Amino acid sequence: MVNHEALKCEQVWREVSNYLDEEVEPGLRSAMDEHFRACPRCASVLAGTRNVARLYGDDRMLELPLGFSRRLEKRLAKDAGVKGRAWSSWSAWMVPIAAMALIVGGYKLTTAFTFRPPAKSILAVPSSNIPAGLKVVVSNGSRLFHAPGCPLIHDKESERSLTAKEAIDQGYAPCSRCLRQYLKAELRRRARSQAIEAADAAMPNQEDRGEDEAEELITARH
Amino acid sequence: MSEQVMALNTLQPGHTREQELISGVQRGQHELFYELIRPYERRVYAAAFAILRNEHDAEDAAQEAMLKAFTNIAKFRAEARFSTWLIQITVNEALMRRRRERIVQMEAIDDRREEESDYAPRDFADWREIPSEALERKEVRQRLAEALATLDHKYREVFVLRDMEHLNIQETAEALGISVASVKTRLLRARLMLRDLLAAGWEQGWFSRLPFEKGSKPW
Repeated sequence: MVNHEALKCEQVWREVSNYLDEEVEPGLRSAMDEHFRACPRCASVLAGTRNVARLYGDDRMLELPLGFSRRLEKRLAKDAGVKGRAWSSWSAWMVPIAAMALIVGGYKLTTAFTFRPPAKSILAVPSSNIPAGLKVVVSNGSRLFHAPGCPLIHDKESERSLTAKEAIDQGYAPCSRCLRQYLKAELRRRARSQAIEAADAAMPNQEDRGEDEAEELITARH
Repeated sequence: MSEQVMALNTLQPGHTREQELISGVQRGQHELFYELIRPYERRVYAAAFAILRNEHDAEDAAQEAMLKAFTNIAKFRAEARFSTWLIQITVNEALMRRRRERIVQMEAIDDRREEESDYAPRDFADWREIPSEALERKEVRQRLAEALATLDHKYREVFVLRDMEHLNIQETAEALGISVASVKTRLLRARLMLRDLLAAGWEQGWFSRLPFEKGSKPW
């Protein structure tokens, strides 16, 4: 039995946890309240203990390992045959659908405001060096536009004329042979890299190839 | 429906929804089980981790506990709290694993010892309340978790169930199979030990970026 009249600090410490949990009878509680007012050491014990209970009691202290829910779902599906929540209700479908809508919407908005048609070729990047009004030709079955008379025009029967700007806007890329003087260095680098990769695949034993050979391969692919 | 019940439903909409989910699962709408357990995933894992102290084992035990809860959902009675029932299953599963791995040693002797010796707080610094915003910092959460991990398992388990899982004293005693008096004793010691550990952490600057007045301590 605790003597409430003259509580010692040790008695207070023994009961401080019960005090926090309101597990002490009213008489003892009053005596402890009085003691806390008079004893800064015990007041600090109470305050610190209260801090502990409050901080650890916060939900943020309960952290799950990454992927826990997904693995739990798999386990329940495998061992108990519980259908996955991810696809079990219309609301669950809304997440991927909304994500798709955002992606598509974002893409549409981007293309709508930049006036760039979908690229038809890796080279179909507008080159600022090509005069917009330059007369060029395109043809069926090809992703390139050429200077008139270029020997590399594919399917000459379907050849039609237009300006370089129109060709670029339609997603055509300049021929690396007849319009090479206009191509940006970066485009040429990428083209060479691609051509060399293709050549490696086709002729794995031939390691040395000149730039001209690479250019030939570019045009040959188109 | 009586006014009292209506008032209860208004005050505790989650509770009513939980009862609906439990009934649904019991009737065979198994997919509702995921919605039922989702709010308790963290608590289940934390309870298992407090006992096993190993992420992999704790996750496995948590999964097993969820499986057992699903398998035995028909036995669940509405008068009990689902969260308490679930935590008890988890604690049983984790304790069983720990016994299997022979981690527990001489529990009865430990019990006697704890009753005989008092734990005296060491730090009596001026205190100030630590704002909950401190927990936004991962470093602070990590420090708190590390301090908790240093406690002996019998203190840590009681502390986690009582202060983190928010079971009451009686529920904690039942879950761990110990007396109410033991729960109170262990809880007191766990809280005081953590208080001392975190007071030391304060000296080391764990909370140095928190808005305390210069010269004052939170403990």
